[in-house]
Amino acid sequence: MDRKKISSAMPYLKAREAADGMESYDCPPDKLLEAAGILKDEYEFQTLDDIASIDMGPDKPSGARFGAVYHFYSHTRKMYLRLCAMCPDNSNPKLPSLTGLYLSADWAEREAYDLMGIEFEGHPHLARILMWDGYPYHPLRKDFPLAGLPAPLPDSFDGNYDATKVVPAPMEGGPFNASQGDAFAEKREPRSHAQI
Amino acid sequence: MFRFLLNFDFVKLQKLLYFMSDSTEKGFDVKGEQGFIYSRLDDIINWVRANSIWPQPMGLACCAIELMAVGGSRFDIGRFGMEVMRFSPRQSDCMIVSGTVTYKMAGAVKRVYDQMAAPKWVIAMGACASSGGMFRSYSTLQGVDKVIPVDVYVAGCPTRPEALLDALMRLQGKIRTEHSTKELFSRNRYC
Repeated sequence: MDRKKISSAMPYLKAREAADGMESYDCPPDKLLEAAGILKDEYEFQTLDDIASIDMGPDKPSGARFGAVYHFYSHTRKMYLRLCAMCPDNSNPKLPSLTGLYLSADWAEREAYDLMGIEFEGHPHLARILMWDGYPYHPLRKDFPLAGLPAPLPDSFDGNYDATKVVPAPMEGGPFNASQGDAFAEKREPRSHAQI
Repeated sequence: MFRFLLNFDFVKLQKLLYFMSDSTEKGFDVKGEQGFIYSRLDDIINWVRANSIWPQPMGLACCAIELMAVGGSRFDIGRFGMEVMRFSPRQSDCMIVSGTVTYKMAGAVKRVYDQMAAPKWVIAMGACASSGGMFRSYSTLQGVDKVIPVDVYVAGCPTRPEALLDALMRLQGKIRTEHSTKELFSRNRYC
């Protein structure tokens, strides 16, 4: 496909380096819907394969923190195309929803909303898809600990709140740490003596 | 119970008792006892319960695949009278929790367990159901015993079918030692 043709039709797209050689462009978020529409109607990108959300980390205040990478596939051209859109607002990340163009964007955007906290404007049913409703955090953000944080229980527990609590998992310094030297499995396993 | 014993077909019963546990056989000899049998009610109830455990497959992850292998002809759970997998909690005795229990699923597991009729038993199959396994993270319940009482824990990731069969036989052994008659007539049984 002709890069020049794409950049002349959509001058707001900026070509970006890709290690795998895929056609990749940076796209301003306010033009994302328009660009996806043109890609679908005029460049035969019939499917939206994947949406990957990004968190650049809270310790880098300069520049955009949250964003999403869209992978489009054309069955007729037999090629992929990648668009990267970064959210302008770091504290309240928002992107336009592509559900009007691609039905496959529905669950992918719900997952990005659930785990990364990016709000997709125009999504018909933007609810959590993996974590339960009422979960207060977005677990794939860089500042969320892997062990988790205390949270209210799901609604499916109704009447059984004394059974368990949502508490951080015992980590002891790392996700897979165990004391190597101890002969007894009970001593090696952090969960056997964790205060939960 | 005694009327039931007197009206019983003793030829059939003799065949049945051939398979019964040692403790039951000790108290029974058809020829010597003039067609009467005597045994402990506990033993008879436990023998019936232990040899007709109907499992409820709570298949949540890859351990459920091994559970299917146990149901297949190679390992054949039917040898122990447990081939009747019931997907309704009301018809099953033993819940086999096979797989990762997330917080989102844990409430449903608890609810299904509550709907099972007593007496009921639980096997935590595999590392995830026993302790959370490799999923030491925000989404995973660290062991299903935080929600429901567990009788047998099985190691493995995933558990080998032989290990699950061993666990089921251990559960049978546990059932055989229960004071089932006492529990039948106690006020707050199986709470």
